Amino acid sequence: MPIRLRVEGLCAKRGEDLIFHDISFVLAAGEALIVTGPNGSGKSTLLRVLAGLLTPESGSVRLDDTSADIGHPRELCHYLGHRNAMKHELTVEENLSFWKSFMGDSPGGSGIGIEEATEALGLAGISHLPFGYLSAGQQRRMAMAKLLVAYRPVWILDEPTAALDAAADRMFAGLVERHLSAGGIVVAATHQPLGVTARELRMVGFAGVGELV
Amino acid sequence: MIALFLRDLKLSVRSGGGALIGVLFFMTVVAVVPFAVGPDLNLLSRIGPAILWIGALLASLLGLDRLFQAEREDGSLDLMLMQETPLVLTVLVKCLAHWTATGLPLVIAAPLLGLFMNMSEVAIGATMLTLLVGTPAITFIGATGAAVAVTLPRGGLLVSILVLPLAIPVLIFGVSAAYAAVQDPAPFLPPLLILIAITLFFAVIGPLAAALALRSASD
Repeated sequence: MPIRLRVEGLCAKRGEDLIFHDISFVLAAGEALIVTGPNGSGKSTLLRVLAGLLTPESGSVRLDDTSADIGHPRELCHYLGHRNAMKHELTVEENLSFWKSFMGDSPGGSGIGIEEATEALGLAGISHLPFGYLSAGQQRRMAMAKLLVAYRPVWILDEPTAALDAAADRMFAGLVERHLSAGGIVVAATHQPLGVTARELRMVGFAGVGELV
Repeated sequence: MIALFLRDLKLSVRSGGGALIGVLFFMTVVAVVPFAVGPDLNLLSRIGPAILWIGALLASLLGLDRLFQAEREDGSLDLMLMQETPLVLTVLVKCLAHWTATGLPLVIAAPLLGLFMNMSEVAIGATMLTLLVGTPAITFIGATGAAVAVTLPRGGLLVSILVLPLAIPVLIFGVSAAYAAVQDPAPFLPPLLILIAITLFFAVIGPLAAALALRSASD
């Protein structure tokens, strides 16, 4: 089921200030979009609107496959924000198994096991530790394991590689590549190159129109 | 949903969880009353049910403000808002877990504290029963307050102020049912049934209002 993410005339406000307007793009299955721009240009706001966490001022975000319009894609998205959404008091395994069973799988795929997911992120063998014991980079990688344990066709990633070293960066690029080749869609805001071929949306800030490169 | 229930229970007994704080506070409040009132056993047994109820009410307000705030701070709330599971159901399960971790221990501790107050067996049993059916209502009302104050960094006091007026009916019918069990002419069943009705009513309204508040608070 090849899907498409269609964004039309998106426009968002924070308080009284217009952050961006008239952002439109279409992403087909297997395509990635990198959102770049200076601090405060509205990258995170755009991603939160795409994830359905903020209501846009106008415009629409839709997900459709070739046959039907699925509607708002909130349930079909993974959102990896600045915060890891993991509890420091629980072990990594308890965290991941909670999210795996709470989120469930979207139609069209299935998540992998917790052991496999931690292995894919190069952190096998420490899943019995409380999440709070891990270093910032390890915590970030464990948060990424959420992307793997529950299947979602669309990944929305806000600064995914902020605390990561170069090796982990490459490993994450591999994960994104694999997700794309399986027909997924990735939208990521980042300052570093993600290492995958992607279109780029350059946000300019101050209520500007994003420029699709 | 069971996963969410178990996770919240685990969190409340691990470090930083508030499960025991409520019981300790409850014990402190009730234990100081005899010192303040004096050793008049008849008076203590007469005010016993009311003191137990006031203590339980205040104790169950203690951890309420963290119900959603902790989820918001680490980003979990965002993910909960995005799921296919209706948010109302998520809130309901979180309330049930919160009550099991903080409300149920109060009910279990009540008989011991009843002895402090020189209450009869019947009065202790009646107070326990009214606490068992009444304290969930406080959690459900509190969930709404916690959801409204979720973005405020020091919302604890505000939650208590928002919640207390709504919790007054629970207190009134809880205490009057407990008294009716020991004072002869008053009937026991009607106030108890009204108390159960209040709990069921807030079990529907509370999560619904909390879900609405959480949706509009997301930023």
